[in-house]
Amino acid sequence: MSSRFTRRSVLAAALAVGAASCTPGTDGSGAVTGDTAPGGGNGIPDPKKAGNVTLHVWDQEVRGGTNAEIEQLNKEFQHTYPNVTIKRVSRSFDDLKTTLKLALSGNNPPDVVQANQGYPDMVAFVEAGLLTPLDNYAGIYEWNTRYPATLLNLNRVSVAEPGASRRFGTGRLYGISQTGEFVGLYYNKKVLKQAGVQPPRTWAEFTDSLAELKKADELPIQFGNLDKWPAIHTFGMLQDQQGAAQARDTVLGRGDGFVTSRTTKAATTLTDWLDRGYLPKDANGLGYDDANKKFMAGQGAYTITGTWMLADLKKRLGDDLGIMPPPPATEGGKPATTGGQGLAWSVTSRSAHPEVAAAYLDFITSEHAADVMTRNGVLPAVPGKAADALDPKSPDGQMVDAWRQLTSADGLVPYLDYATPTFYDTSSAALQDLIAGKASPRNFARKLQSDYAPFIKKQQGKASSGASDS
Amino acid sequence: MKGKPTSTSRAPGEPRSIGYLYVLPALAVYGLFLLYPFGQAVGLSFLHWDGLTRATSAGLDNYTALFTDPTLRAPFGHALILLVFYAALPVVIGLLLAATMSRIRVRGLTFFRTVLFLPQVLAMVVVGVAWRSILAPDGLLNDALRAVGLDGLARPWLGDDTWALPAVGVVGTWVMTGLCMVLFLAGAQRIPRELYEAARLDGAGAVREFFAVTLPGLRGEISVALTLTIIAGLRNFDLIYITTGGGPGNATSVPAYEVYHRAFELNEVGSAAAIGVALTVLIFALTVTVSRLVEGRRA
Repeated sequence: MSSRFTRRSVLAAALAVGAASCTPGTDGSGAVTGDTAPGGGNGIPDPKKAGNVTLHVWDQEVRGGTNAEIEQLNKEFQHTYPNVTIKRVSRSFDDLKTTLKLALSGNNPPDVVQANQGYPDMVAFVEAGLLTPLDNYAGIYEWNTRYPATLLNLNRVSVAEPGASRRFGTGRLYGISQTGEFVGLYYNKKVLKQAGVQPPRTWAEFTDSLAELKKADELPIQFGNLDKWPAIHTFGMLQDQQGAAQARDTVLGRGDGFVTSRTTKAATTLTDWLDRGYLPKDANGLGYDDANKKFMAGQGAYTITGTWMLADLKKRLGDDLGIMPPPPATEGGKPATTGGQGLAWSVTSRSAHPEVAAAYLDFITSEHAADVMTRNGVLPAVPGKAADALDPKSPDGQMVDAWRQLTSADGLVPYLDYATPTFYDTSSAALQDLIAGKASPRNFARKLQSDYAPFIKKQQGKASSGASDS
Repeated sequence: MKGKPTSTSRAPGEPRSIGYLYVLPALAVYGLFLLYPFGQAVGLSFLHWDGLTRATSAGLDNYTALFTDPTLRAPFGHALILLVFYAALPVVIGLLLAATMSRIRVRGLTFFRTVLFLPQVLAMVVVGVAWRSILAPDGLLNDALRAVGLDGLARPWLGDDTWALPAVGVVGTWVMTGLCMVLFLAGAQRIPRELYEAARLDGAGAVREFFAVTLPGLRGEISVALTLTIIAGLRNFDLIYITTGGGPGNATSVPAYEVYHRAFELNEVGSAAAIGVALTVLIFALTVTVSRLVEGRRA
């Protein structure tokens, strides 16, 4: 989720605060519950037969590439189904996040919304019965085979068993994602060449190259963490090196938590890199955008961030830009990194036209849509023909190739901040303390666990505590 | 010829029920957009509510947490530290500037006055973005320090655990000083010249004159300045939001930021409402104290 944090807009926040003060109800708005709502019909529904329909769609695709791609697809959809009008509301991730809750629980919710995965958003919406399960549509439209299970699972929320809480990552399907994203290792080919370093093929080559770059008086990794969240991705990548499957299990609430040698080892690597000057030691005072600007200006051989930055970085660096998944332990081994997919496109439970909405979801995630995304520099969750035609040496080609490696190796680990409703907060603050040298790796791991353990315990034993979750 | 007194034996100007009719429209707007939402916020503060599902009663939990939970206590502590930068320093500096400017004839006075007042005109978001780059690791401030050989003092100001809060505070001082100065300059012009002449005849120097004449004469303005700056300091949200987001760690989180953070990022609406109510009470208490102490009258 944190990946999509953009420059925050105070105005929107102020508006949201204003709107919140007028919310009268505190009763969950009486929506139908997600569990009993029908999941859809049987045959492929034909939106043409639905009469005149206005589909209200709220999304967060405000950046150049994604905005263009959605606009084109919307136009095409309306062209195919002239009886359907799409009314699109597009807001930045932050603004959507703060207003969506109010919109969904209001009297006139949109038909299709982009909901963030994890406990704070998607699970909370499902718990309040605001989203429609899409399992039937997934069958009709064959989403189950279109998408790798790892990706589809991220959009699942379990039906609450008596006494337990809902869980994310398993259960019914509440959305489908258009785009893929992963935290990759970007490199500046020119800077590497100047220092006489080859792009690394193994993790050991990568860490060796850091020392060499330092010796050559280059900044090995550009990194800025004033915005708090970038370190989640850096740390996530390091932790995934210690065992991707375990890291994923922990995020999905069934692993062994954070007081493990894997977490401490990853944290030690991070502090070690800081001590050796592989990362800027002033990272906590440098903004994310500023760090990226510096990387574009040739300061820093590598930077570790998500594929959402590719288009921007490419604009300045052109073919000097390279991207790869974090190099695996052995050459040709399986890579692993933080990643997943874009926000899920979900159908709200009070939409009057769920079938048209489902057809829209199918359309914007189809093979054709994937080609439209590729042409706009966006990484589709399931790359299509246009992606095959990319030059494999170009940044876009490398990105698609890395994505294919990662999905086929099952190497994607969900964002750490999905773990609990408050984990973004806890982990970002703890990482700043770790980077500032205020917390030792061991204390850092304990801090994460102090948020994680009580939540998991509550998840498992909600009934015994007698709390009502009506 | 004198008119007959009205049937009621009230003196003219005494409250009459028709008076309420005049304020009714304003009162209605005030009630609808301020009192009613505030009442709702108070109601929410007694609930555990995630903003979506049914709320459960929290009793006084959200309020007791303000005292027992260190992550909630800390923002209030930070706010009080920020008051030094937002209120105390601007008033002191503003007084010095006003005293200097009203005493000495400065060439281009209007220019200085305008420059010092300028931060008030800028949107806080703009101020935040500008200072964020000034305070960056290789921003203007650190460059300047390095240029004069003070390399040891250069640091990532907004990312430094000890210095982030004072750094944000200095921005507040920069913004509020101009307002205080303009208020005091206006007030100083109101002080009768004779008082200064009398003081000088009695042999008072610049310092004595300041304490004996200027300062007492500016009592009203100081009270207004303190009230405005204290409120600005306590409801400080935009600057924190833009510059540090409460970090590093939670070193610069303040109550107003915490309200937003809890309500919209953590889905703890009840707790957010309780902080908001507590903040309102705190602001009210402080402003009443200021007007009593400084102005010397009952609010």
